[in-house]
Amino acid sequence: MSDITLGTAVAAAPEAVPRTAPLSQIGLVGWLRANLFSSWINSAVTLLVLYFVVRWAIGFVEWGVINAVWSVPNNQTQVCRDLKGTGACWAVITEKHRFILFGTYPYEEHWRPALCVLLFVGLYIVSAMRRFWRKELALVWIGVLTLIGALMWGGVFGLSYVPQERWGGLVITLILATFGLAFAFPLAIMVALGRRSSLPAIKALCVVYVELIRGVPLISLLFMASVMFPLFLPEGMNIDKLLRAQIAIILFAGAYLAEVVRGGLQALPKGQYEAADALGLSYWQKTGFIILPQALRLVIPPLVNTFIGFFKDTSLVLIIGIFDLLTAGKTAIIEPAWQGFGVEVYLTVGAIYFVFCFAMSKYSQGLEAELNRHRVR
Amino acid sequence: MSDQLVLEPGESVASQARTDAPPAILLDRVNKWFGALHVLRDVSMSIAHGERVVVCGPSGSGKSTLIRCINRLETHQEGRILVDNMELSDDVRALDAIRREVGMVFQSFNLFPHLTILENCTLAPIWVRRMPKAEADALAMQYLERVRIPEQAKKYPGQLSGGQQQRVAIARALCMKPKIMLFDEPTSALDPEMIKEVLDTMVTLAEDGMTMICVTHEMGFARQVADRVVFMDRGEIVEQGEPVEMFERPKTDRLRLFLSQILRGH
Ligand SMILES: Nc1ncnc2c1ncn2[C@@H]1O[C@H](COP(=O)(O)OP(=O)(O)O)[C@@H](O)[C@H]1O
Ligand SMILES: [Mg+2]
Repeated sequence: MSDITLGTAVAAAPEAVPRTAPLSQIGLVGWLRANLFSSWINSAVTLLVLYFVVRWAIGFVEWGVINAVWSVPNNQTQVCRDLKGTGACWAVITEKHRFILFGTYPYEEHWRPALCVLLFVGLYIVSAMRRFWRKELALVWIGVLTLIGALMWGGVFGLSYVPQERWGGLVITLILATFGLAFAFPLAIMVALGRRSSLPAIKALCVVYVELIRGVPLISLLFMASVMFPLFLPEGMNIDKLLRAQIAIILFAGAYLAEVVRGGLQALPKGQYEAADALGLSYWQKTGFIILPQALRLVIPPLVNTFIGFFKDTSLVLIIGIFDLLTAGKTAIIEPAWQGFGVEVYLTVGAIYFVFCFAMSKYSQGLEAELNRHRVR
Repeated sequence: MSDQLVLEPGESVASQARTDAPPAILLDRVNKWFGALHVLRDVSMSIAHGERVVVCGPSGSGKSTLIRCINRLETHQEGRILVDNMELSDDVRALDAIRREVGMVFQSFNLFPHLTILENCTLAPIWVRRMPKAEADALAMQYLERVRIPEQAKKYPGQLSGGQQQRVAIARALCMKPKIMLFDEPTSALDPEMIKEVLDTMVTLAEDGMTMICVTHEMGFARQVADRVVFMDRGEIVEQGEPVEMFERPKTDRLRLFLSQILRGH
């Protein structure tokens, strides 16, 4: 039937050729017009903002590139000081970058933490690719983390022993963040499930844990871990300071992530639980195949938000004297010759944090789109 | 409304109830409360293997609660429920066994949106029945063909129409090879033009001799397949009997009122 109507229509009037929209409405011109120059006030504001942005950018390039000093011979920082702030003294980075990255780790052994950083980054990249999401990935994690431990401590394979007090810099930040989230996330899932348990004891335990930890600042938790915790240990027993801070971070992140995960669990319709029950799936089958895959997809944005927050919060360990990236940066400019070049150091440290956080953010956007494809019709 | 549209009742399906054997489902003075609300009051009934029962009654009369008690999505507080001679209790193993025997189809489909149609159908056979994957796939395709949507197997539920989703839900339940099927208003959430495709699927199932309890207001369907219609009101079974008998010569005022209401179109 539709063929006939089509036939007569073609005979009567030739089909109209689809025209493109007017040029002023589409493409770059259309976008500019709609978003930046839609009225004279908008145009004025746009131009004003543009002016300041350009001025600031020119100023930054002058300071950071044109007038900058890139290196100075043996700590002669007078050249830098003569600039009187009109140019950046990147010489401080040239001079101190190994200290910022590796802290007080023995100088000639720096290749070991450097290799660890590469191993961490490699681990992140492999874990990010969905085609490697198999059971074997857990083994890869265990293997790589063990290798990192062996490299850092040494004392095996002819590597010299380096006590934990001498570790520092970027590698400490990555250790705290990676182990922290790798343990906090599963913990958070268990706690979130426990909070919805029908067993009162488990439920109460999870509620108390979340409320207790959330009600305390991370800093005080770190203090407790470093000062109070050893008091409760039997004489002569000593748990490494880094490990104590690590446990504090895991417990803290676990409580926050648990609430994020619980939000996802609650967003699922009851029918999903009932359908799984009616099919005879066990509690763990239901949770693993039906509930968690859906709940976690729903909370990717707040989850990544919390991940990023904790990546940066690892810098709080500086208050208990652990030498993470930020502390190393701070310490690098204590030396009299280099005092006053904080801006350059903090910009560099900030840029390192940014690279990791931005990568996480970008990756999560892609993941979210991919995992939620089933919702697109 | 849709009753007249869709169901000029077809050829009625011959009864296959085996009344000589022990019953498939036995309810003995079952009582249930939600807090202070008494939703099931001394409900007793016996359903034979191969028997097809349609449950009807006004909204809130406890129909859903009744059939949800049969696979223990709800727990009853008094009385006994026996499914295939196994008593429903807190015993986890009995519950597992019963859920394997009893399939359920919901008003809101409840397909798993993150799994493909095929995965929806194979998940439980693989993990609950421990069936090899290839076998489960073949079985699922067989049932998807029976509900006439094998070509959708690789799609996600969100890409299907309501009627198609409900047919997948039926196939998913059938893949567990249940002896008994429970339907809770399977067509109530559907647009009128999709109701028939789902009811047709259920008629086929009836023809194959499945034991069915179906909560529905599709009276044409009831006439065509039901061996017995049970009318519930305020948590009680008020009247039960053969469909023609019930619809043409209701004994109680409550059923008469109910019938006049649904015939006027809800
Ligand atoms: N989970 C529940 N909690 C409390 N009350 C409920 C719950 N489920 C159902 N009810 C109540 O029980 C009564 C029977 O409900 P239901 O079995 O769903 O009726 P029907 O399916 O016949 O419409 C209704 O009054 C309903 O409000
Ligand atoms: Mg209902």
